[in-house]
Amino acid sequence: MLYREVGEFKTSYQSDQQTFPITSDRLVVLSLIFIAFFVIPFFITEYMASAIVLPFLIFGIAALGLNILTGYCGQVSLGSGGFMAVGAYSCYKIMTSFPDLNIFFCVILSGLVTGVVGLAFGLPSLRIKGFYLAVSTLAAQFFLVWAFTKFPWFFNFSASGQITANERLMFDIPVSGANVAAPVAYLICLIFFVSLAFIARNLTRGSLGRKWMAIRDMDIAAEIIGVNPLTAKLSAFCISSIYIGISGALLFCLYFGAVEAGDAFGIDKSFLILFMIIIGGLGSIFGSIAGAAFLVAMPVILKNIMVDFLAWPVDLASHFEFLIIGALIVFILIVEPHGFAMLWRIIKEKLRLWPFPH
Amino acid sequence: MPAEFYYGVEVFLNGLMAGVMYSLVALGFVLIFKASGIFNYAQGVMALFAAMTLVGFQNGQIPFAHLINAALGTEVHHFGWTLPAFVAIIMTLGVMLIFAFLVEKFVLKHLVNQEPIILFMATIGLAYFMEGFGDLMWNSDVKRLDVGIPKGGNIWVEESTAFLGGEDFYGFYLDSLDISAALIAAVLVGALVAFSQYTKTGRALRAVADDHQAALSVGISLRTIWVIVWAIAGFVALIAGIMWGSKSGVQFSLSLIALKALPVLILGGFTSIPGAIIGGFIIGVGEKMFEFLIGVPFLGGATENWFAYVLAMVFLVFRPQGLFGEKIIERV
Repeated sequence: MLYREVGEFKTSYQSDQQTFPITSDRLVVLSLIFIAFFVIPFFITEYMASAIVLPFLIFGIAALGLNILTGYCGQVSLGSGGFMAVGAYSCYKIMTSFPDLNIFFCVILSGLVTGVVGLAFGLPSLRIKGFYLAVSTLAAQFFLVWAFTKFPWFFNFSASGQITANERLMFDIPVSGANVAAPVAYLICLIFFVSLAFIARNLTRGSLGRKWMAIRDMDIAAEIIGVNPLTAKLSAFCISSIYIGISGALLFCLYFGAVEAGDAFGIDKSFLILFMIIIGGLGSIFGSIAGAAFLVAMPVILKNIMVDFLAWPVDLASHFEFLIIGALIVFILIVEPHGFAMLWRIIKEKLRLWPFPH
Repeated sequence: MPAEFYYGVEVFLNGLMAGVMYSLVALGFVLIFKASGIFNYAQGVMALFAAMTLVGFQNGQIPFAHLINAALGTEVHHFGWTLPAFVAIIMTLGVMLIFAFLVEKFVLKHLVNQEPIILFMATIGLAYFMEGFGDLMWNSDVKRLDVGIPKGGNIWVEESTAFLGGEDFYGFYLDSLDISAALIAAVLVGALVAFSQYTKTGRALRAVADDHQAALSVGISLRTIWVIVWAIAGFVALIAGIMWGSKSGVQFSLSLIALKALPVLILGGFTSIPGAIIGGFIIGVGEKMFEFLIGVPFLGGATENWFAYVLAMVFLVFRPQGLFGEKIIERV
C-alpha cells in the first residue's frame, strides 16, 4: 500500500520529534504546498475562491489559533468572533492611518493589536476555569462587538457604521478591497496560512507547547512541577488572539471588503470556529485544518445537492445544514472525541504496520 | 420626590421582572447540571422548540410540511383545525418527554464518563440539531403565541401605586405578563423543591446529584433518572418558552436567551435552585439599572448586550464558585 516500512525504527530523539516522520508523507505535503503556490493560482476561479478556498484558508487560520488556546492549553473560548472583529477593525484603523503601509504589515500589526486585547481578556483565566471561563469569554465577544458598533471612532465616523477596505496596490496590482483578483487574494491568504501553520506546529512541539499541554492536562499538577500558569495561559491567549486577529483582518480586507461588526463577527462565528476544532480534533494542527475544510465545504456541498440537484428551497437546505452539523458534532463526540485527527492517526498506524501487524 | 427617582424605581422593578424571566431558563440548566453534571447549552433551544411545537399544535400545522412539499411537490401546510391551549400544552409535554427519552438513548448513554467539557460541546451540537429540526418541523417564521396570559400594562399596580407620587405621577408601569411570569416561577420553584424533597423520585434525584456511583450501587437506575431530569427540564423549557414566546413572539432569537441565562447561572452557582432565582434578579436589575444610570447617559445605550457577562466575569474573579455554589476543591 502507501507505506512500506512495516514498523517503527527510530534511533534518535530528533527522528521521533519530526513533523512528518515518513518520507512519502513529507513528499506529499511538500508537493501539495508546491501545487498550492504554483499551480492553483493559474486555475482558481472567482466562484471557487469565494465559496470554498478563501473561507477555508481564513477560517483555517482562526481554527489554528483557537486550537492553540482550547486544544493545547485547555482554555475554552467563545470569544473568537469578538477577536476577529478586533483584527478587522484594527486593520481598518491601521490602513487608514498609514496609507502607504504594505498590506502584509497591516495584517500582522492588527494581529499584534488583537494579541494585546486577547491578553487583557485572558487575565480572568488565572482564576476562572472550565466552562466558567467559557462564559466569561462571552463577555469579550459581546463587549467588543458592542464597542465596535457604538463608538464611531472605530469606523472613522462613517455614516453607515461599516468599515470598508480601501484599495491599495502592490506591484500595481490591487491587494485589498473589493477589486482584488481571486488569485491575488488566494496567494496572500495562502502565504499567511502556510507560515502560520508552520509556526503553530513548531510552537506546539517546543517547550511552550509542552507547558500548554501540561496546563491543559491538569493545571495544579503542572504548577507543582514548575510550569508557571501565568505565563503559560497568557501566552496561549495572546498567540491564539494573534492568529484569530490575523484571520479577522484577512476576512475583512480580502474576503468581505466591507463589514459591520454585528453581522460579520457575531456569536455564530465563535461557535463555527469552535466546531471546526472539535470536529477536526482538539490539540492537533492537522485537525484544525481538516475541521476548517470540512465545515467550509460541507454547507456548499449540501447546498449543491439540495438546492441545485433536488431543487429544494434555500431555507429548507439551511435548516438541514443546522441539523446535520449538530448531529455530526454529537456523532463525532460519541464515536471519536478527538475528531478527524485521531481517525487519521489510527488509519495511518494501521497502514504503517500493514501487511504484518504482529 | 423627584420624577427621576420614581422612574429609577420603575426601572428597578422591571429589572426584577426581567430577572424572573432569565431565572426561568436558568432553572432548567440547574436541574440538569445537578442530576447529571452536564451543562446543557441546549436549554434555550429546548425552550424555542417547545414554544414552536405548542404553536404548531395550537394552529394545527402539519409537521414537516415544508419538507413534504419540497419532496413530493404537494401544497400542504395546515390540518385546518385549532386546538385549545390546554390540549396543546399536554401534547407538547408529551413531545418533550419523547425528546428526553431520545436524548438519553442516542446521546447521553454513549457519553458516560466523558469530561464535562466534551459533554458541554455535545449539548451545543444538540442545540444546533434541535434548531434545525424545529425549523424543519414547524418552519422558521416568526409565530405569535397566545395561551391566554394577560398582556400589557397592569392597571391594578398602576392605580394602587399612584398615590406615592405627586400630581404628574400615575403609578408604576409593570407588564401583566411579567407579573404572571413571576407568579408562575414562584409556583414552579415551590413545586420543584417539594418534588425533590418529598417524593421518592425526588430523593433518587438528589442521591444521583450527590454521587453517581453511590447512587448506582444502591440500585438507582441512572438512565431512568436522566430521562426524568431531561423531561423536567423540558417542562421548565416549555414554561420558559411560553412566557418568552408570549412576550416577544416565537422566533430564532428565543434560543439566545440561553446565552443570557449563563451569567445568571454563574452568579448563582450551578448547583443551586435559589441561586438561579437570585442570580436572575441580580442580572435583571443590574443590567436595567446600569443601562439607566450609566449606559444611556454616558455610553450610548445598548449596554444590556454585554453587561451581564462582564458582571459575571468580574464576580467570578472574586468568587469562582458563584454565590451559592459548592466550594470548588481541587486535588492533584
